[in-house]
Amino acid sequence: MNYRWDWSVLIREPFADWLWSGVLLTLAISLLSWAVALTIGIVVGIARSAPSRTARLVAGIYIDVFRSVPPLVQLFLWYFVFPEMVPDSVGLWLKRDLPYPEIVTAVLAIGLFAGARVAEQVRAGIEAVGAPLLPAALATGLRPLQAFRLIALPLGLRAIVGPLTSEFLITIKLSSLSLTIGVLELTAQSRHVENYTFQGFEAFTFATIGYLVIGLCATGLMRLIDNRLGGAALRKATA
Amino acid sequence: MIVLDDVHKFYGSQQILRGCSATISLGEVVVVCGPSGSGKSTLIKCINGLVPFERGSITVDGVSVSSPETDLPALRARIGMVFQSFELYPHMTALQNVSLAQVHVLKRSQKEADERSVKILTRVGLGGKLGNRPAELSGGQQQRVSIARALAMNPQAMLFDEPTSALDPEMINEVLEVMQELAVEGMTMIVVTHEMGFAQRVANRVLFMDRGEIVEDTPKDQFFTAPSSERAKQFLNQVLTH
Amino acid sequence: MSDFDWGVIARSYSFLAEGMLLSALLVLVATVGGLIVGFGLALMRLSTHRLISVPAAGYVTVMRSLPLVLVLFWFYFLMPLAIGRPVGSLTSALIAFVLFEAAFYCEIIRAGIGSVRKGQSDAGLATGLRRWQVLRLIVMPQAMRAMGPLILNQIVIVFQDTSLVYVVSLHDFLTAASVIASRDGRATEMYSLVAVVYLMICLSITKAAEFYRRRRPS
Repeated sequence: MNYRWDWSVLIREPFADWLWSGVLLTLAISLLSWAVALTIGIVVGIARSAPSRTARLVAGIYIDVFRSVPPLVQLFLWYFVFPEMVPDSVGLWLKRDLPYPEIVTAVLAIGLFAGARVAEQVRAGIEAVGAPLLPAALATGLRPLQAFRLIALPLGLRAIVGPLTSEFLITIKLSSLSLTIGVLELTAQSRHVENYTFQGFEAFTFATIGYLVIGLCATGLMRLIDNRLGGAALRKATA
Repeated sequence: MIVLDDVHKFYGSQQILRGCSATISLGEVVVVCGPSGSGKSTLIKCINGLVPFERGSITVDGVSVSSPETDLPALRARIGMVFQSFELYPHMTALQNVSLAQVHVLKRSQKEADERSVKILTRVGLGGKLGNRPAELSGGQQQRVSIARALAMNPQAMLFDEPTSALDPEMINEVLEVMQELAVEGMTMIVVTHEMGFAQRVANRVLFMDRGEIVEDTPKDQFFTAPSSERAKQFLNQVLTH
Repeated sequence: MSDFDWGVIARSYSFLAEGMLLSALLVLVATVGGLIVGFGLALMRLSTHRLISVPAAGYVTVMRSLPLVLVLFWFYFLMPLAIGRPVGSLTSALIAFVLFEAAFYCEIIRAGIGSVRKGQSDAGLATGLRRWQVLRLIVMPQAMRAMGPLILNQIVIVFQDTSLVYVVSLHDFLTAASVIASRDGRATEMYSLVAVVYLMICLSITKAAEFYRRRRPS
């Protein structure tokens, strides 16, 4: 291998600056899309296990559609197609006045995709942990809606924090898709450095370690929350 | 034939077996009993090397179970084992269950193995269930298939790990009868069981275990009439007054 | 913009079909290769020797925390440097896919093997079968039942993943569509078509997996 190693690119300006801005952008996109995914996932997941047939049907369609179209295709739809489909004034605003249009689009697209996956976990959690307790709750005189809101839902949500860890990791990895519409996140910046310096091994190693560290932090954070809520014990009790 | 010498077993810091020693000779039927958690199942799983142990030795016909040079599969092929939860292979028929190891361990031809399987399954009263999967058999039938699976290997000794504990009461006898026949024919057997009636009828000796120790190792009659330890007396009181 | 031109789909049919063929090739190689490598990794992870299990576990953890785009870049830009001669983008993508998906198949296979009760292998061992015979004759046939739906779901994910070869300019289905979208200025038609096609294919496989899981409760 005829390669001239030069790890100093990682600390030399402007490359260090590029890489670190990539890390920050990856973090920002990951966290924001995760917030979107959790919001949508919980709402749709509850609808999916709600007593109403219509709610279940609509939620089911959302989950099926958003899980089945590849996230990259969804991103392109939101970025290239959506502004053309809406009334001209809205389209114009989206193209001209929306601040950070690429980042906002990426966050929404990734969040909507991951939200469908989170919704499935929420439904599974409510079904596995919360639902078996419903008869007991009803027997104490609670109305169905109260039993769902007071017993099945909180228990189900607590139990899924553990399983949600892998969805969080998937969301972090998905943030890299935003490079296809020009967002300079971590992967894009490492490619950028490679392009300028031809020190690809160093640049990609930086990105690799970056993702590993972010992933470990995310796993640790979720485990902390799971321990606080006693999720593992809940899952075990109904396994 | 089977010699246990000062066997110690730990799970982490917990000690399961505390220096168990015993000798089982050819043709003997030994019943192992004791309260749950006393280490009975662990002890007999040590004999065919399914559970490794940290100290002491077990030899079968002079061959050490724990020595790294021992060909463990060959040794296991000579000792049949019957499990509490049957452990029949659910994806195979009764016949296939019994023939599998004959073909793959003893290298019998499929035809030869199947012929022997039919003979043995018929002997345990299941000649009509050859093509049935375990899920289509009752618990008692499953356990008899599992005995047939072990017998098909022409074992020199048989280990039974609570063979009737998972059975409905009305099925216990059909399994015990098969075991009793084996004993009468002179099979060397080590049986972990709570069936004291079986022990009284069939056993030569009783090993009583408590908290990882073999507390008593006495001939059957003496065990039931005059147990020497206080713990055995208590245990007998509990199981016999039930 | 209301004047859609759906004729653009008919006109570019063969170009799109070639793209779909490449997507299918990627799925096939990634799944078959991923299952083989993943099976090896799963066996390593199940080993009692830490020298064997720890590196496999490390490999799986690293691969599972990296975005596929980055892995594709590693092989596309750096494999030629590492071996000192050019590597086609297809070859580099195929290798990246096999090594990447292997980590996920490893976990599926490990879960499948883990779903078989320990008593089953004890029973096999007790009759004198050797470890690999127990694995082949007793454990794997039962593990397959648990793994079937999970493998089908992973194939859906692999199929979706193949769209990422866009970043190394391989003409899979999505990239082919995007080429036409920008050449003819027909983004709406092309991306809608792509979404519908992916939706139909992925949804049918997902539903098949659900049906399979329900028909065979574990």
